[in-house]
Amino acid sequence: MNFEQLLFYLFAAALLGSALMVITLRNPVHAALSLVLTFFSGAALWLLLEAEFLAITLVLVYVGAVMVLFLFVVMMLDINLAQLREGFVKLLPVGVVVALLVIGMMVYVVGPGNFGLEKFAEPVGHSADYSNTKELGRVLYTVYVYPFEIAAVILLVAIIAAISLALRKRPQGKRQDPDLQIAVRKKDRLRIVANNPKGQPGSNAGDKK
Amino acid sequence: MIALSDYLILAAILFGISVAGIFLNRKNIIVLLMSIELMLLAVNINFIAFSHYLGDIAGQVFVFFILTVAAAEAAIGLAILVVLFRNKHTINVEDLDSLKG
Repeated sequence: MNFEQLLFYLFAAALLGSALMVITLRNPVHAALSLVLTFFSGAALWLLLEAEFLAITLVLVYVGAVMVLFLFVVMMLDINLAQLREGFVKLLPVGVVVALLVIGMMVYVVGPGNFGLEKFAEPVGHSADYSNTKELGRVLYTVYVYPFEIAAVILLVAIIAAISLALRKRPQGKRQDPDLQIAVRKKDRLRIVANNPKGQPGSNAGDKK
Repeated sequence: MIALSDYLILAAILFGISVAGIFLNRKNIIVLLMSIELMLLAVNINFIAFSHYLGDIAGQVFVFFILTVAAAEAAIGLAILVVLFRNKHTINVEDLDSLKG
């Protein structure tokens, strides 16, 4: 067993162990922290596969942004844990059987018979001056530039949707509404009274019937 | 030497674990969302493994887009979750039956 294999099995074990902890731990905060460990192990495996840019992206985007968002939400919500854990033991056999079926079928297809080293030989490693980021960017900004723009629009939609969903409107708040301020007409605010300084009755504008 | 099948089997086991997670924690929406993230990670491992062994960078581009969409999905999902908890004071899936589905 060489060093690369040792690293692979180490990180694969960490990945599967922490994934098991995500689905079995009682406390959602602990589950979210285990998910962080899962993503770190996944990033290490991606480094072994020479996908350096995506490995760093996984750590930055997932661990840095998405999991922090998860932790925020978990800590903000006041959850009754006992109620949410009902049926865990009862469903355990079903879950294990379904998982074993799924794993069995997939391993049967993707096992060493079809995707072993004889069918797909280990590729030659890139030279030291090869830049994965540069290569990915070159393809991303030429061939895949249209999907890239669509991805940007999707992120914009996600920003607007998340903000408009989570924004709490306070009806009792006393703040200015510029919309209403601009829409004001002169006749709503101002009443012109024709004043008669000589005091002759009947000549006031307000007295006209 | 690590074979392509090693990575594929690893991703398959991870996917199976997350399927089991959806079965076991079917009342807790937060853990359900985390299981979906695990599934996406399993798929991404497959994509990157194939990209490496076939020498084609298109697989990594696809992973890039999956990460984008998954981040958007997590943000919107958690925003919906916050609104849901604010209105109904529960995240138990079985209490969310007002549509009678």
